Amino acid sequence: MDPGILKKIAPNTFELEQTGAMRVPGILFADEALLREMEDKVLEQIGNVATLPGIVQASMAMPDAHWGYGFPIGGVGAFDPDQGGVISAGGVGFDIACGVRTMATGIHRQDILDNQKPLADLLFKNIPAGLGSTGGIRIKGREMDEMLTHGASWAVKRGYGWMSDLEKIEEGGVARGAIPDFVSEKAKQRQEKEMGTLGSGNHYLEVQIIDEIFDKIAARAFGLRKDDAVISIHCGSRGLGHQVATDYMRLMVIEARNQKINLPDRDLACAPIHSETGRQYLGAMRSAINCALANRQIITHLVREAFARIFPSATLDLIYDVSHNTCREERHEVNGKMTRLFVHRKGATRSFGPGSPDLPKQYMDIGQPVLVGGSMGSSSYILVGSREGMKLSFGSACHGAGRVMSRKQATKRFRASRLIDELQEQGIEIRGHSFRGLAEEAPDAYKDVNRVIQVSHDTGLARKVARLTPVISVKG
Amino acid sequence: MRDISWSHFEHKADMGIEGRGPSMEIAFAQAGLALNAIISDLKSISPRVVRQIRCLGDDPEILFFDFINEIIFLISSQGMIFCRIEVKITDSELAAWLSGEDIDPAKHDPAVEIKGASFNNLSVKQDKNGQWVARCVVDV
Repeated sequence: MDPGILKKIAPNTFELEQTGAMRVPGILFADEALLREMEDKVLEQIGNVATLPGIVQASMAMPDAHWGYGFPIGGVGAFDPDQGGVISAGGVGFDIACGVRTMATGIHRQDILDNQKPLADLLFKNIPAGLGSTGGIRIKGREMDEMLTHGASWAVKRGYGWMSDLEKIEEGGVARGAIPDFVSEKAKQRQEKEMGTLGSGNHYLEVQIIDEIFDKIAARAFGLRKDDAVISIHCGSRGLGHQVATDYMRLMVIEARNQKINLPDRDLACAPIHSETGRQYLGAMRSAINCALANRQIITHLVREAFARIFPSATLDLIYDVSHNTCREERHEVNGKMTRLFVHRKGATRSFGPGSPDLPKQYMDIGQPVLVGGSMGSSSYILVGSREGMKLSFGSACHGAGRVMSRKQATKRFRASRLIDELQEQGIEIRGHSFRGLAEEAPDAYKDVNRVIQVSHDTGLARKVARLTPVISVKG
Repeated sequence: MRDISWSHFEHKADMGIEGRGPSMEIAFAQAGLALNAIISDLKSISPRVVRQIRCLGDDPEILFFDFINEIIFLISSQGMIFCRIEVKITDSELAAWLSGEDIDPAKHDPAVEIKGASFNNLSVKQDKNGQWVARCVVDV
C-alpha cells in the first residue's frame, strides 16, 4: 500500500481516517517499508472491521499484518458487549488459539551442538507431525468434553506435565466458559486421533539458542541465559478448531443473509455478543482454545520424554504459552473508564504489561512474555508486554513474520532439497515430513521478522527481551 | 471444445481452488480435485476405495462451500486423499462419490493440511461461454 494515503500520528503509527460507515478510525503500527509490503486489501479490511457494531477506539493492525478473511491477519478489534458489540468467527480465524510455547532447558549451546543430529532425529520420531499423522492418544465422548472444558489442566491431570506448568499459560491453562455442547460432532470427530500432534504448514518444533539478550532484568525473570537452549512449539487447536471455525462462519453468514444485513465482506459475518449465536460461538471457541492448550501440553510432555533420553537431568520448565487467534473477555480503560470488552486478536499476541491481571506471580512486576515465532530457519524473539501497549493496542503485539509470498509462488521459486542444504550450512538441522511443505515455508516467503520486532519495540507494543536462533527445526 | 479443468489461484497466506466444466456438477467435482491437489500430486493417488458425501441446500454457493468442507472433513477425520470425484445434483441435494486411498506420507508426500473452505472469493457461476466456474479460497 501507499503510506501516503495514511496520516502519520506518531513514530511508526499511522491512522486510516474514519470515513463512510466506519465507526472508529484504523490504526496501523508499522514503518513505511512494512506498509509498502502490505497489500491494499489490508487497508480495506481494517476499514471494514471499523464498521462493525460496538467496536471501541480503533480497528488495529500489528506490524506483521497481511490479508486475511474479513479481519486482516495481525488484526486487533475490541468490542463492547453493552454497546451492541459483536463477535466474529472470521475475526478469530480458522486455527483457533494457534500459539507458541517456549521451555527453558538450562543446557548450553555446545552441549546441544554436540548432540544436534541425534536430538533432531529423536524429536522428529517422537512428536507426531505432518498430514495424516495421528497421536497415540484416542479420546471421545465424556473424556473429549472434559478436555474441552479444562484445557491444559485436563492434560496435566492425565499425567502430561506438571501442575506448575499451568501458572505459565494464559488464563492458567483453561479458557473459562467453554461449552462443549456447542462444538459439533464433526469437530469432535476430527479431533479423536489428533491429540498431541503438531500439524503441518507453518507449525513447528524448534530447539533454539538464546543468542542475544536485550533486557537483562526481564530475561532474568523469564529464566533466560545467553547461550542456553530453549525449545519452542508452534501449533494450534488442530481439526477441532478448524471445524468450529468452519461451522460458525457458515452459521454467521447465513444468519446475516436471513436478517438482510449487508456486510461489506461475507467473511466479516458476526453475531452480537449478547445473542444466542454469539453465546454459542463463545462457548465453542473457548472449547477450541482449551483443545489447543491441551494439545500443546501433551506435546510438551512428549518433548520432555524425548529430551530426557539424551539430557536426563534437564527439567524443561515452561517459560510461557501464548495463543494468537482468540477473542477474550478482558477489562481495559476506555475514555478513562474500565470497561468489559471482547478483544479479537487474529494473528496477534496478547502482550499484557506489568501489574496486569492474569500474569504469573514471577512476571507480575515485569509483564507478560510475548513469544514471537520467526519463519523456518530465521530468528524468533521473546518480548515483554508494556504499560504503553495496554493503552495503545489493548495489550496486543505482533505474532510472527507474516507471509510476503503465496505458497504457489514459493513452491515455484524454492527447492526443498536446496533449502535443507542451505539451512544446514547455517548450522540448522531441519527435519520435515514433506518436501513440498518445506518449499512452501521457505524463509524468503516471509517478511523480515527483525523489522516487525523493531517496530513492536519502538512503538512500545512489546519490548525486546531476547533473540533466539534455531539449531533444530522439525516441521509438520 | 468444452473445458473441464481445475486450477489454483493465488492468495497470500492460503490457496484458491477453481473447477470448470460444462455443468455445475463437473465444475464442483473439478474444484474438489483442485482441493486434493493442494495436498498431493493427484497422479500419486490410487482410486482404491469410494466414499460418499451428501449435502442439502438451495443456494449453489453454500452447497459448494458445504461440499468442499465435507471433503476436508473426510481427509481430516479419515486420513484419506482422493483423485477421482463424481457429483450429482438433483433439486437441492448434492451427492458425490470420491475415490482415493489412505494418506501414505512416503507415497503422497502430503504438503499441507487444509483447515477449511472460506467465503473468500466464493462463487459459483456461468461465464459468458456458458462454462460453469466454482471457486473459493481454502485456509491451509
